[in-house]
Amino acid sequence: MNALSLRNLRKTYNNGFEALKGIDLDVKAGDFFALLGANGAGKSTTIGIISSLVNETSGTVSVFGHDLRKENRQAKSCIGLVPQEVNFNQFETAQNIVMNQAGYYGMPYKEAKASTERCLKLLQLWDKRDSVSRRLSGGMKRRLMIARALVHSPKLLILDEPTAGVDIEIRRSMWEMMREVNQQGTTIILTTHYLEEAENLCRNIAIIHQGLIVENSDMATLLSRIHVHHFLLDLAKPLETAPQLAGCVCELVEDKVLSVSVPKDKSLNQLFAQLSEQAIEVVSLKNKSNRLEQLFMDIVQ
Amino acid sequence: MSSAIALRTIAVKEIRRFVRIWPQTLLPPAITTALYFLIFGKLIGSRIGMIHGISYMDYIVPGIILMSVISHSYANVVSSFYSTKFQHNIEELLVSPVPNWVILAGYIIGGIARGLLVGTVVTLISLLFSKIAVQHLTLSLLVAVLTATLFSLAGFINAVFADSFDDISIIPNFVLTPLSYLGGVFYTVEMLPDVWQSISLANPILYMVNTFRYGLCGVTDVDIHVGLAMTCGFIIVLTLFSLLLLHKGVGIKN
Repeated sequence: MNALSLRNLRKTYNNGFEALKGIDLDVKAGDFFALLGANGAGKSTTIGIISSLVNETSGTVSVFGHDLRKENRQAKSCIGLVPQEVNFNQFETAQNIVMNQAGYYGMPYKEAKASTERCLKLLQLWDKRDSVSRRLSGGMKRRLMIARALVHSPKLLILDEPTAGVDIEIRRSMWEMMREVNQQGTTIILTTHYLEEAENLCRNIAIIHQGLIVENSDMATLLSRIHVHHFLLDLAKPLETAPQLAGCVCELVEDKVLSVSVPKDKSLNQLFAQLSEQAIEVVSLKNKSNRLEQLFMDIVQ
Repeated sequence: MSSAIALRTIAVKEIRRFVRIWPQTLLPPAITTALYFLIFGKLIGSRIGMIHGISYMDYIVPGIILMSVISHSYANVVSSFYSTKFQHNIEELLVSPVPNWVILAGYIIGGIARGLLVGTVVTLISLLFSKIAVQHLTLSLLVAVLTATLFSLAGFINAVFADSFDDISIIPNFVLTPLSYLGGVFYTVEMLPDVWQSISLANPILYMVNTFRYGLCGVTDVDIHVGLAMTCGFIIVLTLFSLLLLHKGVGIKN
C-alpha cells in the first residue's frame, strides 16, 4: 500500500510563479523516503500541499488511500508534520504545546497526557516540559516540533529539514530517533540539505528540480550510477605540478593537497601503486564530497 | 467526539491565554470604567439630571458595560488569531483534522468568555456607583452574549485579513470606538438634532446598547425587537463569511 500518492500535482502562485508543474510520486508504506531539491525547487510547496498548508492548483493527494480533498479528516489524521521553521506558540510551555496538538487530533485527556509524556521523553525534553518554549535552545525547539508531530502516532511523518542548525551530537541522536520511529512502522518523508543524512537514513529518493520530479529511485540504484570517485590526498612532501596518473584526473589544490578523480572501475591499489612509482607519499585520504552530493549536482545541473 | 475534544482544546487554550495575562486584559477595563463612572456619572451626571425617568448614572451603566463587552470580545479574537497567524502556529490547526467550524467556534468562545468576564468586572465596579434593579435579566444576558458573539466574529474577520499589527488596531480605533461613543452610551438620541438622530439610527451599536439598557433599566430609544433581529442577522452573516474565509484559506494559507 502507498502511504502517499501524488498525481499530476500542480501549483501556480498568485504572482504567476509555477512552483509545481505536474508531479507524480508514490511513497510506499513503511518507507524512509528522501525528497531532495535545491532552494525554490518545489519541495516545500509539495510538503505544504500534502499537509494542507498550501492549496494545490490541480492534481490529487492521497494519504494511505484517503483522498486529501474528499476524505480530508481521515487523510489528515495519518500525517504528522515537522516544519522547516519553528511554528509553535512562543509563550506556551513545551508540555502544553504537545498536549494541545493531541487535543486537535481528538485524543482524550488521559491518552493525550500519556502520549505527551512518551514523546517528550523520547525527544529528551521531559525535564523541560514546564519551560516556556521561547526559552528553549534551537536544538530543543526542533525536537519539540518532532515530539508535537509524533503525539498522535501518525502513520506518515513528514520532516522538512529537521536537523537544520542543530549540532552534530544532537543530529546523530535525532537520526537514531528517526530510525527507531521508522522501524516501528511509521513511514517517513525527509527533506534535507545534508545529503549525507539522506544517504544514511533513506531507502528511496526523489529529486525535484524546477517543479518536476527529475529522479525517483532507490538509493542503492542511484548511488550505483556514480562513475567517478573524487578524493583529496594529503601529501608528505609538496609538489610543484600535478602528477600524470593513467585514467585519473589530478589537480593540485595546494602544494601538499592533491585532488584526484578516480574512475569507478579503477581500484585504489592501482592509484597508490602509480603514486608510489612517482615517489609521491600519501599521508591521508578523504572523500572530496558526499557521493550523493555529486549525483545531485550532476542531475540538477 | 473528536471535534468536541478539539473544540474544548481551542476554547480552553484561548481562555487560559487571556486569564494568564490578566493585568493586560482584565485590570485596565476595571480602572477605565471606574473613571467613567466617577467623572461622567458622579461629577458631570449630577448636573444633567434624569433621562427617561432614571438618573444619568443609571442611564450610562448599561452602555458602559456593553461597550466593554464589545471592545474586549473583539480585541481578544483579533489579537489572539492574528498572533497565531504571525507566529505561524495556525499551522498546528491547519495540519490537524480540525473542521473549520471548530476552529471558528473555539476562537469565538474565547472572545465571548473575555467579553462576558470583562462585562462582569465592569458590572461589579458599577455597583459601587449605582444601584440598578435589573428589569429583564434573561434579555440582558442574551444581549450580552449575542453582542460578544458578534464582535468576536468581527475580530476574527479582521485578524484573517490583517497583515501587520497596525491592521488589527485600525478597526478598533477608527470604527469601533467612534461607533460605540456615538451609539447612545452617554446620551439619548432624543438629545440630538433631527438629522443626527436619523444618522444615529444607522449605527447598529445604538440598537444593541439600547436593547441592553432596556434589559437592565427598562428604558430604550429603539424597538428592542429590531435590536435583537439586527444582532442575530449580523451574527449569521459574519459566521457564514468567516467559514467561507477559512474554507478558502484566505490570509492563512499560501
